[in-house]
Amino acid sequence: MNDVTPTREQRTAALEGLGCKRKRVEDIRFTQGKGNYVDDVTLPGMLHGDFVRSPHAHARVKSINSEEAMKVPGVLAVITAETLKTVNLAWMPTLAGDVQMVLADGKVLFQNQEVAFVVATDRYAADDGVSKVVVEYEPLPPLIDPFKSMAPDAPVLREDLAGKTSGAHGPRKHHNHIFEWTVGDKELTDAAFKKADVTIKELISYHRTHPSPLETCQCVCSFDKVKAELTIWGTFQAPHVIRTVVSLIAKLPEQKIHVISPDIGGGFGNKVGAYPGYICAAVASIVTGKPVKWVEDRIENLTATSFARDYHMTTEIAATKDGRVMGLRVHVLADHGAFDACADPSKWPAGFFNIVTGSYDFPVAHLTVDGVYTNKAPGGVAYRCSFRVTEAAYCIERAMDILAQKLGMDPAELRLKNFIRREQFPYHSALGWEYDSGDYHAAMRKMMEVTDYAALRKEQASRRAAFKRGETREIMGLGVSFFTEIVGAGPSKNCDILGIAMFDSCEIRMHPTGAGIARMGTKSQGQGHETTWAQIIASEIGIPADNIMVEEGNTDTAPYGLGTYGSRSTPVAGAAIAMAARKIKAKAQMIAAYKLEVHEDDLEWDIDGFRVKGLPEKFMSMKDICWAAYNSVPPGMEPGLEAVSYYDPPNMTYPFGAYLCVMDIDVDTGVYKIRRFYALDDCGTRINPMIIEGQVHGGLTEAFAIAMGQEIRYDDGGNVVTGSFMDFFMPTAVETPHWETDFTVTPSPHHPIGAKGVGESPNVGGVPAFSNAVNDAFSFLGSTHIQMPHDYWRNWQAAKNLGAVAA
Amino acid sequence: MIPGTFSYHRPASVAEAINLLSTFGEEARPLAGGHSLIPMMKLRLATPGHLIDLHGVAGLTGIRRDDDKIVIGAMTTQQQLLASNEIRTALPILQEAAALIADPQVRYRGTLGGNVANGDPGNDMPALMLTLGATYRLEGPNGARNVAAGEFYQGAYFTALEPGEILTSITIPAPAAGHGYAYEKLKRKVGDYATAAAAVVLTMADGKVASCAIGLTNLHETPLLATDAANVVISTGLDAATLKQAAAAAEAIMSPAADARGPVEYRKHVGGVMVMRALQRAAGRAR
Ligand SMILES: Cc1cc2nc3c(=O)[nH]c(=O)nc-3n(C[C@H](O)[C@H](O)[C@H](O)COP(=O)(O)OP(=O)(O)OC[C@H]3O[C@@H](n4cnc5c(N)ncnc54)[C@H](O)[C@@H]3O)c2cc1C
Repeated sequence: MNDVTPTREQRTAALEGLGCKRKRVEDIRFTQGKGNYVDDVTLPGMLHGDFVRSPHAHARVKSINSEEAMKVPGVLAVITAETLKTVNLAWMPTLAGDVQMVLADGKVLFQNQEVAFVVATDRYAADDGVSKVVVEYEPLPPLIDPFKSMAPDAPVLREDLAGKTSGAHGPRKHHNHIFEWTVGDKELTDAAFKKADVTIKELISYHRTHPSPLETCQCVCSFDKVKAELTIWGTFQAPHVIRTVVSLIAKLPEQKIHVISPDIGGGFGNKVGAYPGYICAAVASIVTGKPVKWVEDRIENLTATSFARDYHMTTEIAATKDGRVMGLRVHVLADHGAFDACADPSKWPAGFFNIVTGSYDFPVAHLTVDGVYTNKAPGGVAYRCSFRVTEAAYCIERAMDILAQKLGMDPAELRLKNFIRREQFPYHSALGWEYDSGDYHAAMRKMMEVTDYAALRKEQASRRAAFKRGETREIMGLGVSFFTEIVGAGPSKNCDILGIAMFDSCEIRMHPTGAGIARMGTKSQGQGHETTWAQIIASEIGIPADNIMVEEGNTDTAPYGLGTYGSRSTPVAGAAIAMAARKIKAKAQMIAAYKLEVHEDDLEWDIDGFRVKGLPEKFMSMKDICWAAYNSVPPGMEPGLEAVSYYDPPNMTYPFGAYLCVMDIDVDTGVYKIRRFYALDDCGTRINPMIIEGQVHGGLTEAFAIAMGQEIRYDDGGNVVTGSFMDFFMPTAVETPHWETDFTVTPSPHHPIGAKGVGESPNVGGVPAFSNAVNDAFSFLGSTHIQMPHDYWRNWQAAKNLGAVAA
Repeated sequence: MIPGTFSYHRPASVAEAINLLSTFGEEARPLAGGHSLIPMMKLRLATPGHLIDLHGVAGLTGIRRDDDKIVIGAMTTQQQLLASNEIRTALPILQEAAALIADPQVRYRGTLGGNVANGDPGNDMPALMLTLGATYRLEGPNGARNVAAGEFYQGAYFTALEPGEILTSITIPAPAAGHGYAYEKLKRKVGDYATAAAAVVLTMADGKVASCAIGLTNLHETPLLATDAANVVISTGLDAATLKQAAAAAEAIMSPAADARGPVEYRKHVGGVMVMRALQRAAGRAR
């Protein structure tokens, strides 16, 4: 006989549900090279498009001559703004309420801007055609420094906005001004500063960088003239939004547009918005009647599709002399480039930057953000962070260190003194957010204990003394960072994109044999949704995760969703999954009651099925209920077992964490070594600890890159000087430090399973940890703030400016 | 990142290769490992109409000892240098430098000949060739000639190679037994060219430097031999003051370009630091 009854532990383990380190199911295909990416899509007769791009940052386009290009064998068409005007697509709306040229219309506004689109039978011919298009430019003075953008005599960049004194976010102060956004109470804040014993003020810049996913942006557009249907395979983080946008701007009925996001090789915010490549490929397909593929190369990706950051934050804190914060005042100069193509929820021109009070109990705060145009690529996307949250975290975390230095206090102690206390949650911040939950003191203390923070400070003191005695040329820095994120956009009361509320969705269909499929409005780009979504369902309805297939990315089959970015998938779609699963479970309970011949209320849930209370042997497994759902439902009930949930979250979630970076810097070369990096994350309920660890590793690696050198830098003429992976710092496994990860668990009180999102925390918390380590290393030599990125030469420059190296 | 149109040729002998190069003139370029040439073609910074692939040419690879000299075929890859016992014993500095070039994928394809013939100031091997006193064998339509590495480099991407010529081998006099060596290279990451690098080969006698040569990479439009700096250290025990003087003498001949690796001032400064560190490490290794 083989009727060994599995124990409850065994039954739970068999589900591979919440908390299980389940191996990533998608990796089976990825590790065998069997993923299916946009560039793997090949259709009969498919054509290839490529762009003629501007060598100038700012110039008038006098003429475009494509005669020679059309003579190149294989070249079929050269599309310019004039062509696009015939279909009213020379300009397109941006997600931020601005408009953007699809192809240069009269002038170019940034280097590598799209000027013409060459369509040919293969990619080589397309590029040969590109090299033969002759464009005559009249160079104009470029505006590169955002601080000069609003000078009275600054060149006019956006001639199309002439006479427009207000934009999508209110009045414009200058021809290069986009918006001013203010939050908080100015009077109370000013009063707090007047009363303060101690104040600090520093311009803290977060340089321009780029999400640079391994797979660049790309699409295949195929227009079926007979059916008048457009199918687009693209690297989209938000496929449904793309469908709606295409429908609105191309005036095609939405049911005739099919958007498919196949496997995606990383997004990090770069693949949220719409790019000229998509429009041009779609128009080219409509014009030629053939499928058209557009694949960006690395240089194009880095220089023309959405950048991130470029926030210049003048930050002031008022405090008492014993280190209690009284007020925060921040002014941000936000460089948006040539068009405002930020991918924020529509009403938030500076994203959720008003999370800038961070983890601290600021009684009052006041924030102003001025967005300006410059001759740089458009963008301003959330590079592995919720909207402008990493800028905010960097701002406050750097500022707290500066305050600690001024007060002569330890930065960790200053934080402990000012944290929002556990009993203050839900906490209303001075700039308008309701923090759902947190236990900051516990997380910080754990970090300090595990790393033996006190001993590290002692070591630092003795090393500083040795440096001063000339016994070593290395300086040591400790970078403390304690971040609070705001993720899970978002509640319809304050979040929408182009008027669409930022809910998310899940549809679950159970099959008769106890298996099922879940379809989502989100889209994984490497986050492992196929693995983790099934785990939520497994725990909710007692069907093993292995029996649940997760499908995302096809707008014809998936329920409408707003996509994956801003760590919103778990907070919003993860909740939708639990809610849909609970609907399934509710119907299952009715079926079980009928089959077990008891009242529903007499049933209790037990891991993987329903049991009659008090009669443990009367049990019906979910697997059996699935079968029954298709052949013996109670009279009057419809057969089948499926559910859809559209989840409008009641609030954001607020993950947090305590990080510590220990760094040594050789002052003679500026070369740094990351000796230790400890990251404690609290993302609430942990769905899959292994995936969390992977996400933290990836996010920390990006944070390391950004803080220590990754930058999109322009010279004075507006040329990008870091436009390839030779100069744009993309660390390899050799440079990447070892990561120590840890956690605490403070579940979100309003999320159905208490989860908060984690994918972006390490980028948000990591950057200040690295930067604070560098700044902490140099502080004893007399510096208060050194701007990022902290690459070797800048470290050396800092050492030299502080007199630590002879010229 | 898509190259223009070109024709591909795969000659079997040096004579055939020279013939093809002469026939197509300016339009033709030899192709070795392709790890400098192909990236430039993808950026369309180089648009050769004809690629003459040297991989089929007999007799261009291999490392052999010829008396007190080491002769290395131009098509010998960096990986082959790293795997060679001959190089390990006679010219260990080549292995130290080769290991700092890019990554294994590049080293399995990239050749010593391509590296030294390329003329890019960022290449590491040219400064080593200067330091070691190497000679290049060039073969062309008018026969063969030997050119000292020190005479070969005329400007960025501008060398003594005449149209129709190829580099067939490199001859390096074996440094004295017991010599000390070091290649100090500062770079931002794996796969990056040097911000500054210094090669040192020296001998020591009674704790003092007896002979010394210093080469510099990526600190000028050509590789440099820092003769004055080397002279400074002769007969010294490399005390701190001497090291500083040597660094200053080396910095005096540097004229790097400012780029994303740093401004001129920084690159010169770390160039000097590399010289000091290479001298110290080389002295520590000398017997
Ligand atoms: C990511 C990356 C990082 C790199 N980092 C470094 C580095 O740090 N240091 C470094 O030194 N190099 C570096 N390189 C370059 C690499 O070492 C190249 O392999 C080398 O510069 C050229 O050798 P090759 O055999 O690939 O030559 P190719 O690229 O084939 O040729 C280079 C040039 O030399 C000419 N040529 C080649 N062989 C001959 C010959 N026998 N006679 C005449 N002309 C010839 C070609 O026509 C061409 O002009 C890097 C390359 C890459 C892709």
